[in-house]
Amino acid sequence: MSLRDRSFRRYAGEVTPRRSRFLVLWRYSRREVFSSKLATGLFALSFAPLLVAAILVYLRHNLPALQALELEAGDVLPIDGNFFYWLLRLQAGCAFLLTALVGPGLVSPDLANNGLPLYLARPFSRAEYVLGKLAVLAILISAITWVPLLLIFALQASLEPGWMAENLRLAWGLFAGSWVWILLVGLFALALSAWVRWRILAGALLVATFVMGTGFGEVVNEIFDGRQLQYSWGDLFSPGQLVLGIWQGLLFGGDAASVARVPLAVAWMMVALACVMALLVLNRKLRAYEVVR
Amino acid sequence: MTPESPDAPNPPTRPAPSAGIAPPVIELDGLTVQLGGRPVLKDLSCTLTGRCLGLLGPNGAGKTTLLHTLLGFYRPHGGTARVFGHDVRRELETVRSLIGYMPENDAFIGNLSAVRLVRMMGEVSGLPPEAALERAHEALFYVGLGEARYRDTGSYSQGMKQLVKLAQALVHGPRLLFLDEPTNALDPPARERMLAHIREIRDSGQAHIVLSSHLLRDVERCCDEVLVLKDGRIAAYRNLEAERQANRKFLELELKGERDGFLDALRRRGAECALAHQRGRERIKVVLPETIEVADLYREAAERRVQIRRLSFKRDSLEEIFLRAMDDAPAAPTEGGTHVSP
Repeated sequence: MSLRDRSFRRYAGEVTPRRSRFLVLWRYSRREVFSSKLATGLFALSFAPLLVAAILVYLRHNLPALQALELEAGDVLPIDGNFFYWLLRLQAGCAFLLTALVGPGLVSPDLANNGLPLYLARPFSRAEYVLGKLAVLAILISAITWVPLLLIFALQASLEPGWMAENLRLAWGLFAGSWVWILLVGLFALALSAWVRWRILAGALLVATFVMGTGFGEVVNEIFDGRQLQYSWGDLFSPGQLVLGIWQGLLFGGDAASVARVPLAVAWMMVALACVMALLVLNRKLRAYEVVR
Repeated sequence: MTPESPDAPNPPTRPAPSAGIAPPVIELDGLTVQLGGRPVLKDLSCTLTGRCLGLLGPNGAGKTTLLHTLLGFYRPHGGTARVFGHDVRRELETVRSLIGYMPENDAFIGNLSAVRLVRMMGEVSGLPPEAALERAHEALFYVGLGEARYRDTGSYSQGMKQLVKLAQALVHGPRLLFLDEPTNALDPPARERMLAHIREIRDSGQAHIVLSSHLLRDVERCCDEVLVLKDGRIAAYRNLEAERQANRKFLELELKGERDGFLDALRRRGAECALAHQRGRERIKVVLPETIEVADLYREAAERRVQIRRLSFKRDSLEEIFLRAMDDAPAAPTEGGTHVSP
């Protein structure tokens, strides 16, 4: 085709590498994501705790500034594993809300508008489609979790010589812990969205899954509380509690086993199982055409 | 399948193309597809080489399922299917890169303008962003969307949505176009435009077309081959283009005067003649050999003082072909299945 001669012609130019083609979805979804004022506002607000944390790190190592504020060094939070653990929790909370807002809108409109055949009739697989949609969430959540957290880690390391060598585990923990969260909430959001095909309902279901799971887990824990069990097995129903246990294990090491509410291995297994279930739902629902039996 | 026996259910297969010859557009060999445990396509075998293939059949005949199987949406339960020589199971990515698909139902991506949608589809097909943008504009202009291409597709009329679907199928410049009921829900002028586009693409020689439709007239106006499906089997195959040429020698005459001598003279010159009666009138069907022209008939008639009151070129209409295929019992699978080749 050409505008001038208005005739059909084949394309004979270069083609993009297959491995990076899924990122096309990120580029086109980005504009859609930030067209929502609520999502943009929440995304911007997610940087507030990070800014406060960076200021705390800076103050901790800046005596003149502390004196100007009439504070003692002990008045400022110590920059240690706990500091980063709570910062990770805070950022993960923001990421969860952002996912609940943005995630369901990535897949359900395609399904509702019968858009999948348009993608899948091309050299573009269902796995690439999921990867592309997951990349949208992964890039957004990364921008407010592990990327800024590692920057704060680097800031602290630069201000306190020798601190990094002692706390290198934290860097790995922040990175891996963030990715566990990204995969869990990202896949859940996409799976629920593909399942119900309704953006609002999918968002509500995502919140309900995590909140009600925690509530149900607590009820189970209460029921079995009298039996003096070593672990709180009710947490198996709570994805949030399981991930908290994993974060503690990643950030604090083996000692965490004594504080975790379920065995770490079980927590990892349950999270992996949840991700596999989400993938199975996506595998079943994301088809060009569903066969009606 | 030969033009002389166009509706024979089990014609011999076309010989495999030898080296150096371009592979057929579509080759099916015993293709069987089951959906939900129910066989939908049953042992289809054919070799299709035409520029524009019409896929005909009543609802539920398996037309769309065949297209979806060739696109890899459904896995064959038996047999093989090849597109330009590429197996749809083993070389699906290659097959898909060769095809542009216009689905039957509404299909679009929410909250995107037509330009962004078509551009994105180009990029998903592997075009670099700049090339995809350029071709998206070209494709939308080509199908006639003009300035409307900047509007959200959600606000489009049904006819405009059909045009966007055609544009996204063209954007990556495929070698083969699958058009599934492209004139659905179009008003007469829009339908004419759509058919004109299809003929134009066909005549450009740049792409082959598979046109799935239940509208016989659309198929007749665009296609040079027709495959009729019924209950998941091939009910008929016709090479319309070959018939259009061959049928110029099939004549139907109405005579006044002493016909026997005239017919004997024609037979002596190699023509085949047969008498037929239609609505109480006597008609003579004649198959002329290559050596006799129509003008020779008039000369012969004048010499024998016979009046040719009526002369028409006889050709089966697509409607007749279709109805006959529907009337015939589905072909029982023979050894090697149902075989059709042009």
